Amino acid sequence: MRREAQLLQLLDGVIGGVFTPALANAGMAERRQLRQLVEQTAACAKELTLEHTEASALRLAVLLEPEKTGFDFQERLEEEAEQLQCLAERELEARLAAEAPPVAGPGMPWGDFVLEAREHLANIEQEILRLERAPEDSEAVHALFRSFHTIKGLAAIAGIETARKVAHQTESLLDDVREGRRPVSGVLIGLALASADFLGEVVSAAEQLDRGEAVTIPEDADELLSQLYGAAQAENKAVAVAAPRRTSTAGSRKTTGSAVKVDTAKLDQLVDLAGELVIAQSLVQLDPELASIKEPKTIKNLNHLGRITTELQKTAMSLRVVPIGQTFRRMARVFRDILLESNKMAVLETSGEDAELDRTIVEQLADPLMHMIRNAVDHGLEFPDERERAGKPAEGRVRLAASHQSGHVVIEVSDDGRGLDQERILHKALERNLVKEQAQLAPAEILELIFQPGFSTSEEVTSISGRGVGMDVVRRELEKLRGRVEVRSEAGKGTTFLLRVPLTLAIIDALVVRHSNHRFILPLNAVREILQPGAQTIYTVEDRHEVALLRDRVVPVVRMESLLGDSVASRREGVLRPSSDSVLVVVEAGSKRVALPVDEVQGKQEVVIKSLGEWMGRIRGVAGGAILGDGSVGIILDLDGLMGKEGYGLAA
Amino acid sequence: MEMMAIKARQETAGIGKYLAFWLGREEFAVPVERIREIIPWQEITPVPQAAAYILGVINLRGRVVPVMDLRQRLGMHMLERGARACIVVMQPDKGCARSPIGVVVDGVSEVLQIQRSEVEETAALGNGSMQMGYVNQIAKNRGKVKLLLEIDSVLAGQKDAAGEPGTLELAGRGSE
Repeated sequence: MRREAQLLQLLDGVIGGVFTPALANAGMAERRQLRQLVEQTAACAKELTLEHTEASALRLAVLLEPEKTGFDFQERLEEEAEQLQCLAERELEARLAAEAPPVAGPGMPWGDFVLEAREHLANIEQEILRLERAPEDSEAVHALFRSFHTIKGLAAIAGIETARKVAHQTESLLDDVREGRRPVSGVLIGLALASADFLGEVVSAAEQLDRGEAVTIPEDADELLSQLYGAAQAENKAVAVAAPRRTSTAGSRKTTGSAVKVDTAKLDQLVDLAGELVIAQSLVQLDPELASIKEPKTIKNLNHLGRITTELQKTAMSLRVVPIGQTFRRMARVFRDILLESNKMAVLETSGEDAELDRTIVEQLADPLMHMIRNAVDHGLEFPDERERAGKPAEGRVRLAASHQSGHVVIEVSDDGRGLDQERILHKALERNLVKEQAQLAPAEILELIFQPGFSTSEEVTSISGRGVGMDVVRRELEKLRGRVEVRSEAGKGTTFLLRVPLTLAIIDALVVRHSNHRFILPLNAVREILQPGAQTIYTVEDRHEVALLRDRVVPVVRMESLLGDSVASRREGVLRPSSDSVLVVVEAGSKRVALPVDEVQGKQEVVIKSLGEWMGRIRGVAGGAILGDGSVGIILDLDGLMGKEGYGLAA
Repeated sequence: MEMMAIKARQETAGIGKYLAFWLGREEFAVPVERIREIIPWQEITPVPQAAAYILGVINLRGRVVPVMDLRQRLGMHMLERGARACIVVMQPDKGCARSPIGVVVDGVSEVLQIQRSEVEETAALGNGSMQMGYVNQIAKNRGKVKLLLEIDSVLAGQKDAAGEPGTLELAGRGSE
């Protein structure tokens, strides 16, 4: 084992030395040093009986002889070095495979494997789709080859033999493509995707193992492997017109930006501390003792501190943010698969991949988006002949676009298909008792019906869309993210869904209210109006229910003390006495409007939502806590949760 | 099973540094490695629908941390909060959530080294006002008795209590 490790180390040194831009002009001493390194590599390869590696290393050594120069010296050198690396890895691989494979025992640390493999898998999907669109894209082939290669290594280290084989076979196929021996074909792309899928399953299983769940790593890849072997054996004589010969070795070695992996817990802590720094800083700034200081230099320094603090907080917040492009790329894959099954023709257009959102939001958008893409292909788009009859191009168009709009990101999912059939929707809704017979609905209201629970227009259940989830689930998911979904549709022209989500889950616009001696935070997006009730605003109905009459509309009044229960009230100094009803805050929660009487509205501000700690668990009616300007904690109320379940006797 | 549990406790507990604190007239001790810090009494924001022994939450350097009334948790008599009362921020075992928890005590007394020889099982102990299961061992140290608090059981199980309103004292409310 030592020798193998030594060889890899030597190789690293050689590759590092060769790919120094200044080598051509470097002095003889450096060149001699590099040559010695290459010779050691050759010797090491010989000991390991890696014939081809040894031969390649010797060729490289010859190239490095002092008298060898010339205009293409560097290029030849790099080519040989690349080859050396390739050969060494392949031969080492074969050697290792011949020996007993390492066995993955329980309690293996799967975390690293999962993390790295995930990254490469994401990359693989993206590159495959790129390759499908542009088969002559040699960069994509290189990137794919590298990713499969890395996963192969990871699988070998983790001792997952089947995954290693799959990755290896795929890599070999790609190597042929890379060397121009094999064109990019549909079969090849299909196989690469199938391999990626299998490896994805392996990674998911490893992730579960990492969490301590009892699962087994998928081993059944016989069919896939035989397909891969078959493809490798098939003498593909078709000469690739644009054989993806490597264009420039330097180009293929570039890395995409530099990044480090950071534990999210550390990230959250950084964000917490930055937030706390802002508060501490504002306390200092507002200190009356300090305010009396007139010394310009002190004032200047304090202001400087303030600016840095704000900047630091902004930067900390931005660390949690990722571009939506990664989810879009996943959708491209989904789109491709659905399209293949559907016998329809369409292209997916994406734009706005750079729009940045909180990581959690990006992740949780994937399912709703996937569902909507399915709907667009399955139900939205017509079959090619149908489209032609309607005078549209046979190839449909599905659009996925993201854009920033005043503190939110709006994601558009649209198709140019047949549009939503209002009559059918209405008919379905009547059938399902979602609307009353005599109801007069505006077109927009009819479209809204598709978001009702229990509504699904798909008459034939397909293997793709017939998953038992409807648009109501999409809406619910969006609401969880404090977002919204709207639909627009025109018969014969297509359907557009607009998803509006906040940039971050961590910050909300909030209304701070005081009730008795408690302060509560209401999400501003639920607040409809704030008013001072007159003597004739609140009535008691049947001695039990209170209602407020607001512009001829009856709105139930819900008292904080009944919402929050006695647990808060009786606990401490403050028994929650009936409020003075000096202000009514009208909120919309769970599609109901209610009026909350409070003592005082203290203001609107942005607050950072903090969890009350996993230890507290989920408390119905509480969305979390926020640290207010004076350093105390305010409770953020989850109005939907508070009112939703029991209804508090409110008429819908 | 029982024997094994006791054996395991004897081997792991009762050795090392402990933080001792007062709760009424009793002195309790908790291993220092479970203590994150001790902070002075401060304003606590109550949390609706939380279990009765949860006083609320505080701001611990930008982090929202729940605070528990240990007296109430242990089923001891309620007392007026004294001048020496403070919040001991503890670290639950990684088994349950790893976020810290504040525990209100009547006063911190000392940090002491407890030897294994000083520890005794107190299976029969359980005076009427204190809930069973939270103290299984006592340590006799320099003539004084410290109750070794089973901090994991004290800090565990909150999730069920607070997460499901209607299980504890809220049961009555749900049927309103």
